[in-house]
Amino acid sequence: MRRRCLLCDGETEIQSWAAFFGVKPPLLCENCSKGLQKLTGPSCEICSRSMKETGICTDCAAWDKSIFHSNHSFYHYNDVMQDLIARFKYRGDYVLADLFAQDIRRAAREMKCDLVCPVPLSVSRLAERRFNQSEALIEPAGLQKTLLLARRESNKQSKKSRAERVTARQTFYPVGDASGKSVLVIDDIYTTGATMRLVSRALEQAGAVSVKSITIARSGS
Amino acid sequence: MNPSSFFAGRELIDEEIPVLSDVNLLATRPGLSYPLLCHRCGNTTNFASHPCTRCGTSCPYCRNCIQMGKVSSCTTLYRWLGPHPAHPEGAGTLHWSGTLSDGQQAASENVRRAIHNGQEHTVWAVAGAGKTEVLFRGISEALQQGKRVCIAAPRADVVRELAPRLQSVFPDTPPVALYGGSPDRNTYSPLVISTTHQLLRFYEAFDVMIVDEVDAFPYTFDASLQFAVQKARKKESSLIYLTATPEPAWQEDIQYGKREATLIPARYHRHPLPVPETKWCGNWKKSLVPAAILDWLKDKNKALVFYPHIETMDKALPLFQKIDSRVESVHAQDPLRKEKVEAMRRGEVRILLTTTILERGVTFPGVDVAVVGSEDRIFTESALVQIAGRAGRSADCPTGKVTFFHYGKTNAMVRAVKQIQQMNRLGEERGLLD
Repeated sequence: MRRRCLLCDGETEIQSWAAFFGVKPPLLCENCSKGLQKLTGPSCEICSRSMKETGICTDCAAWDKSIFHSNHSFYHYNDVMQDLIARFKYRGDYVLADLFAQDIRRAAREMKCDLVCPVPLSVSRLAERRFNQSEALIEPAGLQKTLLLARRESNKQSKKSRAERVTARQTFYPVGDASGKSVLVIDDIYTTGATMRLVSRALEQAGAVSVKSITIARSGS
Repeated sequence: MNPSSFFAGRELIDEEIPVLSDVNLLATRPGLSYPLLCHRCGNTTNFASHPCTRCGTSCPYCRNCIQMGKVSSCTTLYRWLGPHPAHPEGAGTLHWSGTLSDGQQAASENVRRAIHNGQEHTVWAVAGAGKTEVLFRGISEALQQGKRVCIAAPRADVVRELAPRLQSVFPDTPPVALYGGSPDRNTYSPLVISTTHQLLRFYEAFDVMIVDEVDAFPYTFDASLQFAVQKARKKESSLIYLTATPEPAWQEDIQYGKREATLIPARYHRHPLPVPETKWCGNWKKSLVPAAILDWLKDKNKALVFYPHIETMDKALPLFQKIDSRVESVHAQDPLRKEKVEAMRRGEVRILLTTTILERGVTFPGVDVAVVGSEDRIFTESALVQIAGRAGRSADCPTGKVTFFHYGKTNAMVRAVKQIQQMNRLGEERGLLD
């Protein structure tokens, strides 16, 4: 049984007896999938950063008190992942979200939150990109999204320095009601955690009591 | 910026064009049509779709050429209808004092005639024949007649190598070099040297289209690149193909006169092509560095050793380094590729292990060449002929040894040796060898 690798268009293949038992060929060929590096081993309990031993990293310890509970990431943000996310988000290759659908579905089930909320884009950015990458990750995972937030126009987060991000002004505002609910937010990358803190604050205004996040990749050291 | 100077001959998507004062000078068409076809790259099979915030539909998009910017069902392609920039003063004046070999002379005249008559022509020139010089007269005449000329090559490094050579012979018509990330991408010139990829951004722009190394990867494997070449040339235009190693089907067409072609069977320096020797070396995947090759290396000053895969080459490297510290290896993703090739040229590296990435385009004077595992299917007839063509290229060292170390002979090996022998015979018959 064959199909095309989503990244290089080469063939991926499994044994025909495996197909008989309902196994599907992988979405990526061996060569492309070996570049993606899963996060394993001890990590920060709050942000998924790799650490020598499990605990809470200095960055997370320094954040002000927030309803933000924790982030779970699947992969290291290495060169291969950087290319993949650039192709997904900036080039707009929507279908690449399929690569993470299973991971997201499974992790979301374990987190047991009441609502799943995408990170909104501003109107002009949404028109430029043609889709919201956060919603694009939620949909193939078969999750029901609730639009609780909207976003004012601002400069791109990815073009900002660490200091600029950590002190960034609020651009999110509530547009829905999450009274008494726990909310799961899904996004592509977790870098300093600044976005998630701002999202959490806006969700708190919407009435949420706690926020967890799932992100594809954990960037930064 | 004057829009015509970068827009003329191109077809671009919304995100690539500036705000223009006069939209009447633009022609438009949708990026995709149904049944699904991408108008930029010709793809009909590789699409996906998503709910689109621009057009509000479940909007299909082309995945094949997405790295050049997305073509969706709501993408518009724009073409410039305004005047094209005039050729510069003295365009096409040829500043070249070299002379052509007899073989080159015949090919040059046939190319000139094909360009003049708007026809198709193939130049089959052995490695080291000097195929670039064969183009000079035809290009010169075309530019002088106000025609726009494009040389398309399969890879960016070939483009970067060709551009300065053409710049020096056509100083009045400075060429632009187009490849991903090239600084020339917004510049107009009647003489364009481009990767075949970048031609996806052109539409009926060229009166003369020259496709260099037409047998090379990725051109032969990627239908969208062939589509790009056809889209970028005018309906009435000439098409020149250059190759050192046409595929078997092309060889047949040429032989039976179904394809107009000129053959240059001998090198510019009038010495015969080194004929490869084949040598059985046992299971090289186990030994990695067969005893036969160590023996072969003993009297070699400078050697290129080809391996079929990066993995086997990487494992072999430390074994070679035990016998000589001046051994390096390169492959396509090697970040130090350029530096290692340069070090080889300067003579600081004695043995360079390589994948097929160095099969064409490089000259190391005085080099001998070995292929380990020449039966691997990556070594096609044309790859082996190209590899053999690395030896004996320079006039100062016109000879060299080429050996195919194998674990079972293949058709490709036999055909490669035959092809080279046949070229030498033809060169002899036509008086092109000393």
